[in-house]
Amino acid sequence: MTDGAARFGWFESVPPDGLEGARDVIENESTELPEDWPTRAVESDFAADESDYYNKLHSATTATMRAAVREAGRADDRQLTHSVRAIDDAERVANEVAERAVEWGESLFEDLPAGLTGARAMADREPTSSAEERAISLARRAAGLADEADALRAHVERTAPSVAPNLAEMAGPVLAARLIALAGGLESLAKKPSGTVQVIGAEDALFAHLAGRAPSPKHGVIYTHEAVRGTRLEDRGSAARALAGKLSIAARVDHYAGDLRPSIHEDLRDRVVSIRARADDEAAGESAEGGE
Amino acid sequence: MTDLPVGVKRRQFDGVSRLATRGAPVYGEPTDGEWRVWDAGRSKLGATVEAGLDTGLVGGDRVLYLGAASGTTVSHVADFAGPTYAVEFAPRPARDLVEVAERRPRLFPLLKDARRPETYAHIVESDLDAVIQDVATRDQAEVALRNQRFLARDGRLILAIKARSEDVTAAPGDVFEDVLDSLREGYEVLETVRLDPTHDSHLAVVARPR
Repeated sequence: MTDGAARFGWFESVPPDGLEGARDVIENESTELPEDWPTRAVESDFAADESDYYNKLHSATTATMRAAVREAGRADDRQLTHSVRAIDDAERVANEVAERAVEWGESLFEDLPAGLTGARAMADREPTSSAEERAISLARRAAGLADEADALRAHVERTAPSVAPNLAEMAGPVLAARLIALAGGLESLAKKPSGTVQVIGAEDALFAHLAGRAPSPKHGVIYTHEAVRGTRLEDRGSAARALAGKLSIAARVDHYAGDLRPSIHEDLRDRVVSIRARADDEAAGESAEGGE
Repeated sequence: MTDLPVGVKRRQFDGVSRLATRGAPVYGEPTDGEWRVWDAGRSKLGATVEAGLDTGLVGGDRVLYLGAASGTTVSHVADFAGPTYAVEFAPRPARDLVEVAERRPRLFPLLKDARRPETYAHIVESDLDAVIQDVATRDQAEVALRNQRFLARDGRLILAIKARSEDVTAAPGDVFEDVLDSLREGYEVLETVRLDPTHDSHLAVVARPR
């Protein structure tokens, strides 16, 4: 227990008249155990009486939350869009540069593993000539850019749940961010019919293809989801349709309400289970009907 | 039937007797003069009171409400209780919560994570009469245990356990037993009641600190 330690009340460093700085104290300070704060505040002349204290607490807490909510509205889906696009760019360029560096490295050193692994191996070497210096420096850039992509991914994983809690829960933070980026924002994703959401998945690969860095798309982004990928080929269309439907509900809840709704995730799970049960039913049906 | 807290009444709305509190309307609920319906279908605490559980709430209580969401239920609590601290973690519902709080001078909204009480112990006072918890996370018992520090010795924990937040695949009955077991590490469970069918797979619990 920290009973002996001094407990810190929010009002102790806030001027009673203007309540300046109250937001910072409310949001960032902490203390292990509560106290009879109203009495303490009156004793320390922060408030004239209990009622005055509560009035001040009310203005401080509502103003703080109002400000935080306003900022959260800005932090938002645009940041997520930039982040997820940056992941793609960083990864793509890291791979390209790594390839070039390794190709160069192989002419200077022994055989290297391909791609980023090779670039990282090169990055650890000490150069002995000016050509090696350049090749190794290039490899280090590739490794650094790959690290940046990892850091960006971690950032998306951390921030996506606060922007779109249900979408992030259902699709995973990165796929959620990708859907938001491709739709042009959470609001426009929320306004799209689920059939369109299902197709949005395909656009990423399509644009990659048009930009010349991917084969032509057979499937879109939501096909990377376990609900689809883990379902047998014949039923993938159903699974993708079910997933797209639930994803668009998730996007709407996230945009218009913003709380986490466990029920929609459970609905999707139920739906996927019943779609996959078709395979079992057919197997069971065939063996039961014998020669048919 | 236990007594309703002062400030909560049964009143006739369209010929049906329903719970009501006095305060500014929040979500388009039916009103009668200054009374407004406390819809048990939208509020687990409302359903708990409706089910006749002795919540220990008497009116004028000092309350910490965990999982305030957009403020539907907490608005009713603030109507009949005294100082009410409302903790909500998600910014989006907080947008509505702050509107609800603006019109209730003894409702104090906090954008905080209920799993981390040390981040609001410098604001929320000690010796509260009630902690009301309705959070949709795993480890609901753990949240209740961590927030025990705010409760008076004879205070009450009023908890809605959501089976599906703990484990969607397990049978709700088993989940409730697990949560109650963990809860007993710090609380004495006084009463429980299933809230079905108004709130599927929810168990209302009243407990007091050990």
